[in-house]
Amino acid sequence: MGFYNSPNLRKLTMDLLDFARGPALQVAALIFVAGLIWRLLHLFLTQKKTDISEARQSGSVGGGLRAIFSRFRHHEPFRKRTRNGTILAYTIHIGLAIVVLGSAPHILFIESFSGLGWSPMPNVVIHFAAALTLAALLTSLGRRMSHPVLKMLSNFDDYFTWLVTTLPVATGLMAVAHVGARYELLLAIHILSFNVFLIWFPFGKLMHSFIAIGSRYTTGVTFTRRGAKV
Amino acid sequence: MSKVTEKYPLDTSEQRLTVKDPHPRHDTQGDMDEHERLRRAMANFAKNMNRTTATYMEACVHCGQCAEACHYYVATEDPKYTPIWKLEIFKQAYKRETSPFGFFYRLFGLKRDLSIEQLGEWQELIYDSCTMCGRCSLICPMGIDIATLVGQARHGMFKAGLIPDELHEVAQRAKEEGSPLGATASVFEDRAEWMADEHDTEVYVDEDEADILVAMSSIEIMKYPNAIGATAKVLNALGEKWTFRTEGYEATNFGMMAGNTEWQKAATMKLINAAINCGAKLVVLPECGHAYGALRWQGAAMYGKPLPFKVQHISEFLADVISSGRLKVKKVDQTVTFHDPCQVARRGGATEAPRVVMDALGVNLKEMAPTGDFNWCCGGGGGVVTIHRADKLRYKVFELKMEQVEASGADTVLSTCSNCRQSYNDAKEHFQWDKDMESLLELVADNLVE
Repeated sequence: MGFYNSPNLRKLTMDLLDFARGPALQVAALIFVAGLIWRLLHLFLTQKKTDISEARQSGSVGGGLRAIFSRFRHHEPFRKRTRNGTILAYTIHIGLAIVVLGSAPHILFIESFSGLGWSPMPNVVIHFAAALTLAALLTSLGRRMSHPVLKMLSNFDDYFTWLVTTLPVATGLMAVAHVGARYELLLAIHILSFNVFLIWFPFGKLMHSFIAIGSRYTTGVTFTRRGAKV
Repeated sequence: MSKVTEKYPLDTSEQRLTVKDPHPRHDTQGDMDEHERLRRAMANFAKNMNRTTATYMEACVHCGQCAEACHYYVATEDPKYTPIWKLEIFKQAYKRETSPFGFFYRLFGLKRDLSIEQLGEWQELIYDSCTMCGRCSLICPMGIDIATLVGQARHGMFKAGLIPDELHEVAQRAKEEGSPLGATASVFEDRAEWMADEHDTEVYVDEDEADILVAMSSIEIMKYPNAIGATAKVLNALGEKWTFRTEGYEATNFGMMAGNTEWQKAATMKLINAAINCGAKLVVLPECGHAYGALRWQGAAMYGKPLPFKVQHISEFLADVISSGRLKVKKVDQTVTFHDPCQVARRGGATEAPRVVMDALGVNLKEMAPTGDFNWCCGGGGGVVTIHRADKLRYKVFELKMEQVEASGADTVLSTCSNCRQSYNDAKEHFQWDKDMESLLELVADNLVE
């Protein structure tokens, strides 16, 4: 009987898996939602300063909404100098979106609590996207540790956020490839790593997923009022 | 045998042989202990925190792309000039004191308290190496308006008595004498009289009633007084009922640049009261970048309600009267390029106005690359030009401007900001360069169709 087939270990593994997708996930989701609400509420409760200068032009709300989308791409004069960072960022974000929203098990998971389901993407696409995302994440870490500007700016949040983002991708790939341990154990670790991701989300820079919308909108409104470039 | 410290290694690469620049030494004002300085810096930084600035503080992902838009970083490749890094200690203070999880940060000591040494070190980053030109605000993928945050950080630094002495001095002069450069009301009246003779035109001062109130920058009054005559010639050609007012003739706002909101308000209120006193429907601001931002976009906030008159930069005014056919100008056979003042164009939205004027003048405009909203700053805005210890860095970043101008192939640079013009001419002298910067207003005034 091999090590991985020991009945005790199998039971332990199943217990861990049940824990990961049961109470651990519930607690993580609770912290995620509560933290998210508190962080956003804190911003909304902060005093709003109203701009009472005479606007050069109307349509500032439209300008704010446009800014949410236009800042997905740099203005032309900046593109050359920001190319590497932009390519890495897009690879990571698009790769994660494909893996999270395109893979069958993830869709089943989303369907289990939201009731929303859709057709999965082919496995080959998911696996390729996950591998590319992992490569981009590793490259981004190397870049963060070596680029003078990024190295100087980086703090615990940057590295820990990188870790909690990379672990689910790496463990997911390992589980699919059955590399390193039993599938159930790898799956349990994958789900646990996702739980850590959820718990960290409201505390660190992963919140940019929400706050960037407000930040872009605000700047869009301000500079549209002035008739300036957004 | 003597021991030589390696702290400041020799620098034999410059004309003047010395040691490499020592750590930037910072200036202090007022008599208060370190704790009080720290307390004031952070309290006044946090005091003006509102939803917008709090959102900005929370949104940064440390992508570092703002560095690629900053002339200080691009010219030196020194990472400390990364725009968002200039706010690092203020971000830490925000997270520790005001952020949603500040309690945890304090409880577990996750964000260290600031030290007076850090604040001193940051003086160079907040004042000497940021013109608040806002180029970084345009590149930020999160949409953070970094220039606004630097302005807010300056509020904290001022209250802590931690700003460069030169900037403090000129801001204080502006508050007490009405001008940062000694252009007091009586000096202004003398200059106005002189320019009336020089340009053979009427210069109206202290008229009881007028439709248009005009203001000048101290740099123009003291260094480029032809701006007074040029403005008068244009307004007289239009037949406008206009005036300068000695209770509010100076449009610069060094209180704003230094970080003192009370002084900023005092300067702004002089202009507002002058306009109200003469019943002006329009205030035309001079060729000055920050003066435009101070009244056009921040004036109402200082007044506490919407301004009872319109505000235009002189380039907008010229574009309007030329477009409507009220002002006719002669064609000018000149090859020029245009330097966009950051606070009028990128931060102010009046990017097209000078181009309308230049089109009417028929000049051969060779645009710089990049131009318009993306043009490089002259390096002298935000009060930087007043700070002597920042000269070397300012000249270094000016090399970007020189490259732009040379590449354009133009003989002359036009602009609509006297502060840019002053910075430009200072750097021109430093580099023994042959390209002149001229005023667009003066070019118009010299080429009016009678």
